[in-house]
Amino acid sequence: MAARRRSLLMLLPLLLLLSHFLSLAAAFESDELLLHDDDEFEGTRASSTPSPRPPSTPPVVTSSRRRSADTTQAAGASESNTVQFTLEHDLGAGLGFAPAGSFSARLKSSAHGSQTLTKLRFTRNELSEDEKDAFKKLLEEDSFYTIRLPSNVLDPTRHDYIYSSIKARCIPRDSLDEHIVIHMDGVNILAVNYGSVGGCQYPRPMKVPSKWTFNSYTILKTADQAPRTPSFVEQLIETESGLGEVMKPPEKSFWAKYWMYIIPLGLIVMNAVTAAANIPEEQAGGQGRAPAQRAPIAAPSRR
Amino acid sequence: MALPPRQLLLVLLGFLVAVSLATLAAAVYADQVGLADWHQKYIGKVKQAVYHTQKSGRRRVVVLTEENVIASLDLRSGDIFWRHVIEKNNPIDQLSLSAGKYVVTLSSGGSILRAWNLPDGQMVWETNIQTSSASKSLLHVLSNSKVVQDNLVLVLAGQWIYAISSIDGLISWGKEFTLDGLEIKQVVQSPENDIVYVVGIAGSSKLAVYQLNAKTGEIVKDAQESLPDGLCGEMLLGSSNVLVALDETRSALFIVEFKGESISYNKVQISEFVQDFSGMVKLLPLMSNGIIALQSSSTVSLLKLKGMNGLEVIHSFDRPASVSDALTITEKDEAFAIVQHVGSQIEFIVKVTSDLTNEIIREKVDIDQHRGSVEKVFLNNYVRTDKSHGFRALVVMEDHSLLLIQQGAVVWSREDGLASIVDVMASELPVEKDGVSVADVEHNLFEWLKGHVLKLKGTLMLASVDELAAIQALRVRSSEKNKMTRDHNGFRKLLIVLTKAGKVIALHTGDGRIIWSNLLPSLRASKSGEMPSALRIYQWQVPHHRVMRENPSILVVGRSGASSVAPGVLCILDSYSGEELNSQRFDHSVAQIIPLILKDSSEQRLHLIVDSNSNAHLYPRSPDALNSFMTEMSNQYFYSVDIQKNAIRGYSLQKSCDFDSGDTYCFSTRLLWSIIFPSDAERISVSETRKMNEVVHTQAKIIADQDVMYKYLSKSLIFVATVSPKAAGEIGSAAPEEASLMAYLIDAVSGRILHRMTHHGAQGPVHSVVSENWVVYHYFNLRAHRFEIAVIEIYDQSRADNKDVLKLILGKHNLSAPMTSYSRPEVMVKSQSYFFTHSVKAMAVTQTAKGITSKQLLIGTIGDQVLALDKRFLDPRRSVNPTQQEKEEGIIPLTDYLPIIPQSYVTHSLQVEALRGIVSIPAKLESTTLVFTYGVDLFYTRLAPSRTYDSLTDEFSYALLLITIVALVAALFVTWIWSEKKELRDKWR
Repeated sequence: MAARRRSLLMLLPLLLLLSHFLSLAAAFESDELLLHDDDEFEGTRASSTPSPRPPSTPPVVTSSRRRSADTTQAAGASESNTVQFTLEHDLGAGLGFAPAGSFSARLKSSAHGSQTLTKLRFTRNELSEDEKDAFKKLLEEDSFYTIRLPSNVLDPTRHDYIYSSIKARCIPRDSLDEHIVIHMDGVNILAVNYGSVGGCQYPRPMKVPSKWTFNSYTILKTADQAPRTPSFVEQLIETESGLGEVMKPPEKSFWAKYWMYIIPLGLIVMNAVTAAANIPEEQAGGQGRAPAQRAPIAAPSRR
Repeated sequence: MALPPRQLLLVLLGFLVAVSLATLAAAVYADQVGLADWHQKYIGKVKQAVYHTQKSGRRRVVVLTEENVIASLDLRSGDIFWRHVIEKNNPIDQLSLSAGKYVVTLSSGGSILRAWNLPDGQMVWETNIQTSSASKSLLHVLSNSKVVQDNLVLVLAGQWIYAISSIDGLISWGKEFTLDGLEIKQVVQSPENDIVYVVGIAGSSKLAVYQLNAKTGEIVKDAQESLPDGLCGEMLLGSSNVLVALDETRSALFIVEFKGESISYNKVQISEFVQDFSGMVKLLPLMSNGIIALQSSSTVSLLKLKGMNGLEVIHSFDRPASVSDALTITEKDEAFAIVQHVGSQIEFIVKVTSDLTNEIIREKVDIDQHRGSVEKVFLNNYVRTDKSHGFRALVVMEDHSLLLIQQGAVVWSREDGLASIVDVMASELPVEKDGVSVADVEHNLFEWLKGHVLKLKGTLMLASVDELAAIQALRVRSSEKNKMTRDHNGFRKLLIVLTKAGKVIALHTGDGRIIWSNLLPSLRASKSGEMPSALRIYQWQVPHHRVMRENPSILVVGRSGASSVAPGVLCILDSYSGEELNSQRFDHSVAQIIPLILKDSSEQRLHLIVDSNSNAHLYPRSPDALNSFMTEMSNQYFYSVDIQKNAIRGYSLQKSCDFDSGDTYCFSTRLLWSIIFPSDAERISVSETRKMNEVVHTQAKIIADQDVMYKYLSKSLIFVATVSPKAAGEIGSAAPEEASLMAYLIDAVSGRILHRMTHHGAQGPVHSVVSENWVVYHYFNLRAHRFEIAVIEIYDQSRADNKDVLKLILGKHNLSAPMTSYSRPEVMVKSQSYFFTHSVKAMAVTQTAKGITSKQLLIGTIGDQVLALDKRFLDPRRSVNPTQQEKEEGIIPLTDYLPIIPQSYVTHSLQVEALRGIVSIPAKLESTTLVFTYGVDLFYTRLAPSRTYDSLTDEFSYALLLITIVALVAALFVTWIWSEKKELRDKWR
C-alpha cells in the first residue's frame, strides 16, 4: 500500500509538470489563434519566428464591423506600423471616383521580411446629399456601383487600382449593406470582392433604403495551402500494420451467411416431406376408395 | 434437319456469352487498328530541300521544314522514308548533304551540328560548337576536292569559323577572326585549289574578305575596305572574286571586286536599270556566271553583271514568281528554274546561265486553284532515257503544300499545310435525301451498271490497273464509314481545320480524306508584304427549323497583319462546299472573339468581336441581330486576361461606342472588376474556362451516404494558375523554396475569387482543363521531383438544403431560381493532387452528346501519344480506405500515383508528332465521342469512355443473329410437327 502511495506521490509532480506543459502548449496555441484580436502581442509576435500555420485554420483573418454613424477615427493612427488606404467609389453620372471610406490595418512583418496586414478596420464616410441622389439614380437605372482600392497598400501611388462592381440594386436592405472580401498577398491586394450581404435575387426589384448608412462587413483572405494527403505513405503503412485489422468487418453469424441456401433447402425438404407424406396417403386413399367404388357396382347387382 | 432443341439452346447460350464478352473488350485489338481511326503524317512547309545526287539507288530528297522537321521523301511518290521532328527550342537553321551519305544539320544558332545517315535517318554524330554570339549561322559543305581527304563541313557563326570532319564530327580546326564585330555573311570555295573565301561585315559598312586554307584554316590573304554607305547584310559572292551587296536603303547595289589584297567597288542605283521597282528589294540566292536575281515587290529580275560598271536586266518576271538555286549540270554550265503564274496555270522555265536567251524547258502545268502562288522552287536534274538532261522541281506553294513537277505535270503533291493547324471545328454532313429526281436516277443507273461491270471485271481478273484503282475507289466511296451523308450515330462528320497559311480544309472523319479546301483570298499575303494571320474558326450558321434548306456555314476570323492591332478579317464559308459566301475587312482590330448563344432569324450565330481599344462589335450586322442582342445586352459580360500586365479584367457592355455614335453595332465597354496579381510574386501561367458547348447531364451528385451534393455549374467559371516569377522558367531553374503555384477559381461576371490555393514548391508549365464543376491541372512538384496532376471540385452549398422530398414536391426549393453571380456564393471546394509520370503537351476532356457518359481526360504525353485517363482516378473524395458504400459509388482507394494502363493509350502504337491540340467532338450516340488530335501529324479515332453501352459493336454478327432466329423458328415448326405427329399416334393407340 505504502509503496503504491509513494509512487502516486511521485507521479503527482510529474502530472503537474505535464499539465503545466500542456497548458503552456494550449496557451501558445491560443496565442496563435488570438493573434489578430490581441493588441498587446503585436510587438512580441513580430520578433518571434512564425510557426507554420496548420492547414486547418480558416482563411478569415479579421472581421471587423463598424457602423459609420458612430465611428471616430480608428485608434493607432499615430503608430508607425499602421497603414491606411482609402476606398473610393464611383456613383456613375460621370463623377468619377471619390473617396468613400478608409481602411486602417496593422502591418506585421515576419522574421524573413515578408509583411502582412492584420486587424483591418473599415470606416465609411457618410454619404452626402449629392451622393445620395446619385445613388438613387443608380438604383433607378439598375446600374453598377463600382469601388476601387489601391493594389499596393504601402505605396498607393505606384500601382494600379483593383476594381469591383455590383448592381446597385443588390445593396439596399433597411440600410445599405455591403460585404467586402479583400484577397491579400503580403501587402498587395490581389482582388476585392464587393457584394451584398445576403443574396441578390433576380430580377432585381427597385428598393430605396430607409437609412442612408452603410453597414459594412469586411473580410481579409489569404491563400490556402493546397491539400495533399501529406503523410500518405505513413498512413498506408499504418493501415497495413495495425489499422487494417480493426477495419475488417466482424464475422457474420452462420444464419446471416447462409440464409439464402438454407431457406430454399428448407423449402425443398418441406416439399419433399409433404410429398412423401402424400404418397402413402394417396396409396392408402386409393386402396380405401377402391372398395367404395366397387360398392355402387355391386349395388345394382343386388337389385 | 434442324438441330435438336437442347443443342439449339447451347448455341444460343454460347452466342450470348460471346456477345457479352465482345462488349467487355475496351482496348483495341491489333486487327481493329484503322477501322475507326486514321493517322496522317505530314512534314510542314518546306524551307530547304536537298536532292540526293547519288546515281544509283532510290531517288530521294531531304527536306527541312518550318515545323522543324527533317525528312527524306521518295521523289517518285512523295512518301516519307524517314522523318525526325526536332523540338522547337532547338531550331534547325540549315541542312546539307555531305559525302553523299550524311545529312548534316546546323541548329540552335550554329551551336549544334548533327549528321544523320541518309538511307535510314539514324543520327551518326553530334558536335557542340562554341560560338560567340547568337548570330546568324552558316553551314557550308566543302565539295569533294582532291587535296582534303575528310569531307569537311564549315560552320560559320559570328566571328568564328569551324571545320568539322563529316565522317566522325571531330573539329578539324577552328578560327576566330580578330576583327571587332565581324559577322560572316558568305563563304565560297574556290574550285581550283583549297582556298576558301570568307566575306564578313564589321559594323555596318566595313567589308572584310579573307582567304583561308581549307586544310589548316590559316589565313592566306585578307583585305578590308570601308564602304561609303552601310550594308543591309544581304550579299552574294561569286567565285570570280566579285561580290554583290545590297546597301542599307535597299535601293543600290555595291559591286565589289577584290584582287589580291586590294578591294575596288562601284555603287549602282537599282533604279538606273530596273524600271518601276518599288518596295522591299531582296537578293535571291542565285549567283553563277555573273547572273543574279533581284526581287522587288512586283517583279523578279534576272540581271547580268557587266564587269565593274553595271548590270543589265535580261529578264523580268511579274510576281508571284520564284527562282531556284543554280544547279551545276556540266563543268561550266549551271541551270536554274523560274516558276511563274500564267492565268490559272503555272509556267516552269529552265535556263542555263551561259545562255540566258535560250530556254531548255518551258512547260505549263495545271494546278489546283486553292494552292495560291508559288513560294519556292528547288530544281533537280536527271538523265532521260535518250541521255539528255531532264529537269524536275519541287515547288512549295503558298498554302504550304509541296508539289513535284516533271514533264509538264504534277507528279505528286503533299498537303503539308495540315502540319500547322491553328483551329479545328466539326461540322455535320448533309442529310441523306429521300426524294431523288429522275435525271439523278438515270445517271445513277448508268453509274450503277458501270460499277457492276467494273466489279465483274475485277472478279474475273480482267480489269486493268486503272480499273482496279477505280474499283477500289468505288468501294471506298460506298463503304459505310466514308459516305458523304449524315449517319444515324453521328460518326460521319466534317472536320474543318484552319491552317497557318490561311487555308480552310475539310476532312472526312471516315478516312481523313480532303473533301474541300479553300485558301482564303483575304488571308493571303498581299503584295505590300503584310502577312495576314488566321486566328479562329467558328460555327456561323447551323440550319434548323425555318432555314433547313440552306447549307450550314462557318466563320473564319483573322488579322490582316502580324501585329495584334492590325485590322481584322472575316470570312464566311459554306461548310458543305467550302465556297466563300462573304468576306469582310474590319476597320478595327481583333483582340477577342466571343461567340454568343443568341441567333438571329436566319439562324446566324451572333458574335461579339472585341478590339484592342476594348470596344465590342456585333456580327452579323443586321437589325434583326441587333434586336435580339439588345434584349440580352445587360446580361452580357466578358473578361480579358492581360499576361503582360499580369491582370484579369471584367467588363460589361454599354450602349454605344465613344468615338462613333453612328455605328449602332459597336458597343463601348465598362470595366467592372479587376484582379491584379503582384508582379513580384505571381505571374499568370494559364487561364482556362469551360467549353461553350459542354452539356451537363445532372446538377447533383449523389454520394455514398445517400446525401446529395450540388455541383457549382457556372458558365462563367475561370481557372487561373499563376507561378512565382522565379519558377516561370524551365524546370530546375528555381529552388523549391522560391517556387510556388497559385490556383484560382474566379467568377467571370462579378470577379469574385471563389477559391484560392497555393502549391508550395510547385512550378509550371501548367496545363489545365475545366469541365462541369471541376478543374484538373498538371504541373511539376519540385519537392517530390515529380509531375503532379491536381483536381479541384467545386460544389454549391446554397442548394444543399434541397434534399427534402416533401419540400421538392411542395415547390419550396431554390432549384429553379435564376442564378445570379451577384449573390455571394456559398461554395465548398474539394481538392487533391496525385503524382503523374509523364510531362504533358496538351490536355482535353471527352465530351458526349448528353453528358451522361463518364468523362475521361485526354492527355497528350511527351511521347506524342494520347492517354485516356478516367476522371474517377482524379476524384478528390478518394480515401485510403473507402467504406463499402463509397466503393459501391465507384470511389477508387487513394493511391499516390495515377495509374497508366498501357491499353488506355488512345493512339495505340502511333505517335502524333509535335502534338499541339486534342479536340473531342460529341457524336450523336451518347456513349461515343470523336477525338481529333493534331500536331505535325493528324490522328482521329472514336472513343467510348464507358464502353458502347447503347449500341452493338461493329463486330456484332447480324448474320449469326438472323441464322439463330431462323433456326429457332425452324426448330419450332419441327417440334410442333413432331408433337402433332405424336399426338396423332397417341390418339390412334
